[in-house]
Amino acid sequence: MKRERILMGHGSGGKLMRKLIKETFLKNLDNPFLSPLSDSAVIKMGKEKIAITTDSYVVSPPFFPGGDIGKLAVAGTANDLSVVGATPLFMTLSLVLEEGFPITDLERIIQSIKITAHEAAVDVVTGDTKVVEKGKGDGIFINTSGVGTIPEKISLSMEKIGIGDRIIVNGSIGDHGAAVMMMRSGFQFESDLISDCAPLYSLIQTLLKDNSGASSGIKFMRDPTRGGVAATLNEIAENRGLGVTIYENEIPVRDSVRSLCEILGLDPLYVANEGKVLIIVNRKKSERVLEIMRGHPLGREARIIGEIQEKPEKRVVLKTRYGTSRIVDLPEEEKLPRIC
Amino acid sequence: MKHIDEYRDEKVISGMASTISRRKAAKPLKFMHVCGTHENAIARFGLRALLPEWIRIIAGPGCPVCICPTEDIDLASQIALEKKAAIVTFGDMMKVPATDGSLFDVKSSGGKIHVVYSPSDAVSMARENPYEEICFFGVGFETTAAPVAAAILSRPPDNFSMISSHRIIPPALELLLNRDDVAIDGFILPGHVTTVMGYSEYEDFPKKYGKGVAIAGFEPADVLLAILNLVEQVIEKDYKVFNCYRRSVTREGNRLAREAIQNVFEISDSRWRGIGIIKNSGLKLRTEFQKYDAVKKFQLRKEKESIDLNPGCLCHLIMIGKIEPPECPMFGKRCTPEFPYGPCMVSSEGTCRLHHGL
Repeated sequence: MKRERILMGHGSGGKLMRKLIKETFLKNLDNPFLSPLSDSAVIKMGKEKIAITTDSYVVSPPFFPGGDIGKLAVAGTANDLSVVGATPLFMTLSLVLEEGFPITDLERIIQSIKITAHEAAVDVVTGDTKVVEKGKGDGIFINTSGVGTIPEKISLSMEKIGIGDRIIVNGSIGDHGAAVMMMRSGFQFESDLISDCAPLYSLIQTLLKDNSGASSGIKFMRDPTRGGVAATLNEIAENRGLGVTIYENEIPVRDSVRSLCEILGLDPLYVANEGKVLIIVNRKKSERVLEIMRGHPLGREARIIGEIQEKPEKRVVLKTRYGTSRIVDLPEEEKLPRIC
Repeated sequence: MKHIDEYRDEKVISGMASTISRRKAAKPLKFMHVCGTHENAIARFGLRALLPEWIRIIAGPGCPVCICPTEDIDLASQIALEKKAAIVTFGDMMKVPATDGSLFDVKSSGGKIHVVYSPSDAVSMARENPYEEICFFGVGFETTAAPVAAAILSRPPDNFSMISSHRIIPPALELLLNRDDVAIDGFILPGHVTTVMGYSEYEDFPKKYGKGVAIAGFEPADVLLAILNLVEQVIEKDYKVFNCYRRSVTREGNRLAREAIQNVFEISDSRWRGIGIIKNSGLKLRTEFQKYDAVKKFQLRKEKESIDLNPGCLCHLIMIGKIEPPECPMFGKRCTPEFPYGPCMVSSEGTCRLHHGL
């Protein structure tokens, strides 16, 4: 019995998932729009560029501190559009409900979708509902698609990333994953762990529309969701064949997230985020970009956490607070708590 | 975070590293720890790079996942697939390669496998699902044996059973001390194991073998203090058990935890993956708790031999500190965190996994 079946790790955002995408999806479906594997496909139609994205949300439990599956679905979809520089316009909503799911819970989720769609400035324009038998779902799954437009002057891509560029994050990492893990593990202690789930549209647009010249330095953006900051930075390192160096002392992590990760033996770099964006920016413009971000409520804790270097090729290196280094590998699959 | 940050303070750590570097030993020194959590801390904080070249820290057989014999994982797989019982275990166990695949593979084939954080969660599952067989796969050293013993003492319902793959540390140390091909100048003992068991049982080692022993916690300052202490023991030629983790460890250990282990388990000869059978190194359920023994309950017939190490895998030499991961020809090539060929590449406490990058 070798790895012939789908494992949970195939959906974790790590190496297994990347292998599946390359060897199964890209092998059969490849085209110039799909191959960059960005958060949204960018398609030029006449003078306009259109961004299209799709995603499915299977979070369990569906309600967690700081959000719910509905907020997550809208914010996640809008963020996938926002990070390629698009203005989110429309989205679709497809619900797979399990027989027995409480309608009061569904009502709460839809209310949450309404509020988040308003914040993200998107309209839900079409949808679908399917019900599966009890035991054949996990309460509720949500699938979405999103469409937005990208102004002609904006062109973000991983290809633009070069040596010397700096890496900025808009705030503390691991908040969403830690909040969900706490709910899942059923720990009975008080904590201020709360998901960072939020639409990033307003923050990103503030940056892209800034007319002081800072926006011209922005090369690439990505929201580090599954696999956390480690997965996104590894993707950049591998794609560009460059080294990514990050500084432990500069990476913002809340004490509550650190504490939970210490207990579970996890590293916040691998924990999922839902309201964070990593921005790769030209070194000369980085301080100005940071300043603009800090003026926005979702960017007050923004920090420069690292930079792109020539070496080590295709590797992410963490400089510890003691000046030593360690490799931050791509998560191979789901991170599981260690034994002791 | 209180009680953590003070042991990670940059000034404290650089000061300790400088003090170690200034000490002059007559020969290069090699210290072994026997704990995956120590290897994790050393790799995570990059502590090896803070030490002078003449000190090497090597990992011994201290990762509970690495040393868990394949036959036990095969047994768990068989129970899940043939007996349709739910196997409940710790997350680290999910990916360990066994004869016909890992528990992840069993799960994807339809076997019920659940990950828990504590053995009491498995007992709760048995209570909440009275019509389902729940089998806890207990792995680890004294640290995990204690809560497992407490769970058994809570008298789980009849639909609960367990596979005991627990091991104890002292016999493994004796085995290494009796080998001529593993020259070790001192041991760093795991703080959590000695918190449970105390250190009285190690007190013979320094006299008998002329080796220093230091008990260490898991923060950078704890590990460096233990190394400094061991260096001084070698220089002074005054070998003893030194407790560098006094905020947690006493000579007698945790009486309640020790009693729970002693009441539930008895010592048995046990197999260590890649190392073989070590006399008196395992824990099996005592006679009065036999109804929880999954091996007896499910009466499985062994259909084929379990394979502990695949051809060419050198995990057995890595686990006894004879070679380091890059010296294995499989390392980073056929054996990667994505597709581990040998057990040391699996867990976040495995030596090869940690050398490959966290």
